[in-house]
Amino acid sequence: MNTSRTERGVTYGILALFALIALTPVAGILSTALARQDSLKTGFALPDGLNWHNFADAWTRGHFGSYLFNSVLVAVAVVAATTVLATLAAYAFGTMRFPGSNGLFYLFVVGLTLPQEAVIVPLYFDLRHWGLTDTYWGLILPQTAQSLAFGVFWMRTYFRNTPRSLLEAARIDGATHWSTLTRVLVPMGRPAFSTLTVIVFMWTWNEFLMALVMVSDEAHRTVPLGLAFFQGQHSSDTALLAAAATLIALPVVAVYLLLQRRFIQGMLTGSAKE
Amino acid sequence: MSALTGREAGARRAAAVPGSRTARYRRRAPGEPRAVGYLYVLPALAVFGVFLLWPLAQTGWLSLLHWDGLTRASWAGLDNYRDLLTDPELRAPFAHAAVLLLFYAALPVAIGLLLTAALTRFRIRGMTFFRTVLFLPQVLAMVVVGVAWRAVLAPDGLLNDTLGALGLDGLARSWLGDDTWALPAVGTIGTWVETGLCLVLFLAGAQRIPRELYEAARIDGAGPVREFLTVTLPGLRAELAVALTLTLVAALRNFDLIYITTSGGPGNATSVPSYEVYRRAFESGEVGSASAMGITLTAVIFALTMVVTRFVEGRSR
Repeated sequence: MNTSRTERGVTYGILALFALIALTPVAGILSTALARQDSLKTGFALPDGLNWHNFADAWTRGHFGSYLFNSVLVAVAVVAATTVLATLAAYAFGTMRFPGSNGLFYLFVVGLTLPQEAVIVPLYFDLRHWGLTDTYWGLILPQTAQSLAFGVFWMRTYFRNTPRSLLEAARIDGATHWSTLTRVLVPMGRPAFSTLTVIVFMWTWNEFLMALVMVSDEAHRTVPLGLAFFQGQHSSDTALLAAAATLIALPVVAVYLLLQRRFIQGMLTGSAKE
Repeated sequence: MSALTGREAGARRAAAVPGSRTARYRRRAPGEPRAVGYLYVLPALAVFGVFLLWPLAQTGWLSLLHWDGLTRASWAGLDNYRDLLTDPELRAPFAHAAVLLLFYAALPVAIGLLLTAALTRFRIRGMTFFRTVLFLPQVLAMVVVGVAWRAVLAPDGLLNDTLGALGLDGLARSWLGDDTWALPAVGTIGTWVETGLCLVLFLAGAQRIPRELYEAARIDGAGPVREFLTVTLPGLRAELAVALTLTLVAALRNFDLIYITTSGGPGNATSVPSYEVYRRAFESGEVGSASAMGITLTAVIFALTMVVTRFVEGRSR
């Protein structure tokens, strides 16, 4: 196709402009995180040196060390539980027929658009009744339930797309349904699993409302919650606030930059539900 | 029920060529009969049922009660829902949500389509870079997005500094603290978050449109506008549905951003249903009313996603 030089120029110009708009707030936070702490500005600041100690201060003064620990613990547990439970259920939905299987599957799919606001109120009273508020379980169990909607949907697609001849071959070789899953399908499904893992990790890591409602003591705070409270108390410490925000965003952004293709694909397919 | 089912169904139709192998497999439900399937589903269903489906039913029940969360509840019937329709204070959050729909969904989709029209006329180098950068806002926690944007919109923030540098000091204001501007300011953050998502989706979709269609259109003498309307737009129908669904849901579920930027203020200028559910249930002790709001919000989300799907599927026939 023939396209003129100006048209190319304009096109790249537009793309560059939008990339700039997307990056500015991110760059602003990074720059402020390295600026001096005594600035009274609430906006972004330009660093006059590299004040790496802001991160150390946020870590200690803002208790982000313990918040990060909580976040890692909850995220690992939710990712592990979601992966195992979703794989088992999706294996059945994707390769077996039993009465009601479609209905059950759609029950899970409903969870994809369901807003947390529809369940958060009684969930709080239930968990408090069971003594699970202010515990890790109070964060892990509800978030696993939420992630299962995506997990089951995503893994079922994987199981449905595996060649049927493979399942038949395994069966002829005398494999049981269990060993077909664990010996053949799970080892083959690495790409599907890694997408599931990074997406659920990101959602759990960034989750806010659930943590806000279920946790009132500082000991169980996760990082997004920590940042919200930190902002409430130190809103004038712009540099510290920015350093804390950077600490929170870093793990997810790092994974995203490594696996961006898988990430985007998973988020678009998954959250697009049925 | 949505775009994907549409696409799946399309693939199934395409595969159903008589005599082809896939046709025989796809027509029936997959797999073989196995009652053991229930055992595999059970653990997930238990967690899902106890921590999602059961609370959902409970919310429905709570929405029919007057309850402050502490003392005995009393039967309210549909009172809480009636209040949603008649009480201006309860209606306002939905009106705000409607405004946010423009900023979160309509605007990003429109910008995405416009840019796609401009960007699909030739192969772009460095697309991976642009895609990664444009999608980045989707990856950040809303709490982090909120902190970053407060620094942009603050009285001495980046936006006002820029206006000052341009000699437009008169326009500067406390964007998030201004009765008129707080809602559009929050909306702008939404536009920032969702535009990249739409653009990435549309560009991916546009790459799948056969080049021959463009060449044919050009031979027929179509200009850029006709080319967009007759080739690009119809080719993007599935992506359009996905983008609209995702952005609509994001617009209606934006609790974190409101909490961190404005807390519904000033006054209640930026209160939205999701924030009201939280505030009423956990701060002002109006559990029944909060539940009715939650159920209504859910109904609105389901209805809107259904309309999007219908609209897109209807046109494909």
